[in-house]
Amino acid sequence: MTVRDIPPRWQDPVTILGILNTSETIAIVGLSPNELRASNFVGFYLRRHGYRVVPVNPRETSILGERSYPDLRAIPFKIDAVDVFRAPDAVPGIAEDAVRIGARALWCQYGVISFDGGRVAEEAGLGVVMGRCMKVEHARHLGRMHWLGFNTGRITARR
Amino acid sequence: MRERPAKDFGFDTRAIHAGQRPEPYTGARAVPIFQTTSYVFEDPDSAAAYFNLQEYGNTYSRIMNPTTAVFEERVANLERAAGGVAFASGLAAQAACFFTMLTPGDHVVSSAALYGGSITQLKHLQRKLGFAITFVDPDDLDQWRSALRPDTKVLFGETIGNPGGNVLDIEAVARIAHEHGAPLMIDSTFATPYLCRPIEWGADIVTHSATKFIGGHGTSIGGVAVEAGTFDWSNGRFPVVADPSAAYHGLAFHETFGVYGYLMKLRAESLRDLGACMSPFNAFLFLLGLETLPLRMRRHVENATAIASWLERQPGVTNVRYPGLPSSAYAPLVRKYLPLGAGAIFSFDLPSGREAGRRFIESVTLWSHLANVGDAKSLIIHPATTTHRQLSDDELAAAGIGAGTIRLSVGLETADDLIDDLATALKEVRATSGAAARSESGSRVKTNG
Ligand SMILES: Cc1ncc(COP(=O)(O)O)c(C=O)c1O
Repeated sequence: MTVRDIPPRWQDPVTILGILNTSETIAIVGLSPNELRASNFVGFYLRRHGYRVVPVNPRETSILGERSYPDLRAIPFKIDAVDVFRAPDAVPGIAEDAVRIGARALWCQYGVISFDGGRVAEEAGLGVVMGRCMKVEHARHLGRMHWLGFNTGRITARR
Repeated sequence: MRERPAKDFGFDTRAIHAGQRPEPYTGARAVPIFQTTSYVFEDPDSAAAYFNLQEYGNTYSRIMNPTTAVFEERVANLERAAGGVAFASGLAAQAACFFTMLTPGDHVVSSAALYGGSITQLKHLQRKLGFAITFVDPDDLDQWRSALRPDTKVLFGETIGNPGGNVLDIEAVARIAHEHGAPLMIDSTFATPYLCRPIEWGADIVTHSATKFIGGHGTSIGGVAVEAGTFDWSNGRFPVVADPSAAYHGLAFHETFGVYGYLMKLRAESLRDLGACMSPFNAFLFLLGLETLPLRMRRHVENATAIASWLERQPGVTNVRYPGLPSSAYAPLVRKYLPLGAGAIFSFDLPSGREAGRRFIESVTLWSHLANVGDAKSLIIHPATTTHRQLSDDELAAAGIGAGTIRLSVGLETADDLIDDLATALKEVRATSGAAARSESGSRVKTNG
C-alpha cells in the first residue's frame, strides 16, 4: 500500500480537526529522545500547544520531560489519541492496543501507511488519520503554518 | 470551523483569497502591511523554539514577514505547490534555488532559449561557483537526454521561452529528469499560474519574476519560488539538502520536515544567507496584482492573439513567433500546456535587420520602449541591442533572436489603438527603407558618373 492508496476518509479535514479539537492526551508511539528527529519535533510542538504528550518507547525512561511507557497498555491513565511513528507492519498491533485502552483516534504519520492497521481502528469506531503529520495539520488549521509561506489550502473570509 | 475545508475552490477565488484570512486582531479586510524588521518574542522559550525551527514563528523580516507570507502562500496555492518563498527579484529566486541544491562541481542542464539575464546568471554561477552547465535546444528531447551526466543535479527551462516563444514539453522533460534522480525547475514567468501550472505536469520547482504579470503594474521588482514537495531529496544524490545542517545543530531538513524540507532549507538557510528578501510593501503590491491576474491574463491573451494575427498578414513582417497562432509549430504543445492562451509576449522580424528595428522603435508612440515585460502597458524592445546584447551571435541564434527581431509585450489597451500604432511604424520603416534604397542607388549613379 502506498500514499496514493490511502482512502480519502483517512485524510478528511473534519476528522483531523475533530481529533485536534477534542484530544487532550496524545500518546506518541516511537517518540525519539533525539531533538533532531521528526517525532521529537512533533512531540515538542504538541506539548507547546497544550496537549499532554505521553511517550511510548521501551528503550527510554523519560522523553521531553515525561515518563516513557514500553507500550500503550502500560499507560495507567486515559489516552485520547495515539500518534504513530513506527514501521507500517507494527501498526495493526498498535491499533489493537489503541482500541483496548479506549483511545478515540489513531493517527499515522508520513510514511506510516497500513491499511490493516487503519481498518482495525476504524472497525472499533476510532477516528483514523493516515499519511499526515499531526504537527503540520495542527499548524495548518489552528496554528501559524501560514506565517512561513506554506500552502495551507485554507480559504475563508471569516475573522 | 467557519470554512469549507473539503471544497476545491476555483482559480479566480484562490487568486483573491488564498493565503489571507481577515486579520484576527483588527478585522482588517485588506492585507495589512507589516512594515517591521523584527518581532517581540512572547518569552525566551518561544524565541528558542523559533530559532530551532521547532515552532512556526516570526523572528526577523529578512527570513519571514506576515505580509510577504500571504503572497508566498497565494502563489504556492495557485501553482499547487507545498509552499513558497519570496525574493527581492526573479533572478534572486533562481539563484537561491540553485544555491540550495548545488555544490561546486555539480552539473546543470538548461534550455538555451532563456531570458538573457538568466543565461548570464548561469554563466556567472558556472565561473564563480564552479557549477558545470550544458545548454540545450529546449525543443529537442534527445538533447536534454544526452546532456545528462552522472553529476547532473537539475534540469532548467522556461514554460514559454524568451523571446523565441518556445513552449517546453514539461511532462517529457520532467520524466527525463526524474529517471535521472534530478528535479525539474521551471521559470514560468511568461505563463503565470493562470495559464500553466508546471507542477501539474511533473515539475518540482517553479520560479517567477513577480516583476512581470504577477504584479502587472510595473511598479515593483520581486520574485518567488515554489516547490511541489514530492521530489525525494533523500535519494542519495543531494547530500547538500539531505545531510545534517551544521547551521542548525545537525538538523536533517528533508528527513525532519519531509514534504516541506526543501522549502525550509530555501528559507532558513538560503534566504537567510543570501539575504535578497522581498519587502513587505512590494508583497502588498504583488498581492493587489494577483487579485486581478485571471482577468488581466484573459485580456492579455485576447490582445496578443489579435495583434499577432494582424502582424502575420503584414507584408515585410516575418517570423511572428506567437505560440498561440494556429500556424505555430508549438500549437500542439500550447493545446496541452496552455489551453487558455500562450501569454502576451512574442517577437517578430523586420526584413532589413538592425537599422529597420531601430527605426521601427523610434516610430511607435503608444508602445513604451523599455526593458521589461508583463505590464498593463504595451511594451516594445529590440533585444539584439538591449536585453540580449551580452550574447554572442551564436548565442543569439540559439535563443531565437535575429538582428531585426522586435519583441512585444502586449498590454491591456484597446487592441485597435495598438495595431494602428504598429501600422504607422511599419509604414514609416517601409518609406524610409525605400527612400534610403533610392538615395543609395542615386548616389551610386552619381559616383559612377
Ligand atoms: C522570463 C524571465 N525570467 C526571469 C526574469 C528576471 O526577473 P527579475 O528582473 O525580477 O529579476 C525576467 C526579467 O526580465 C524574465 O523575463
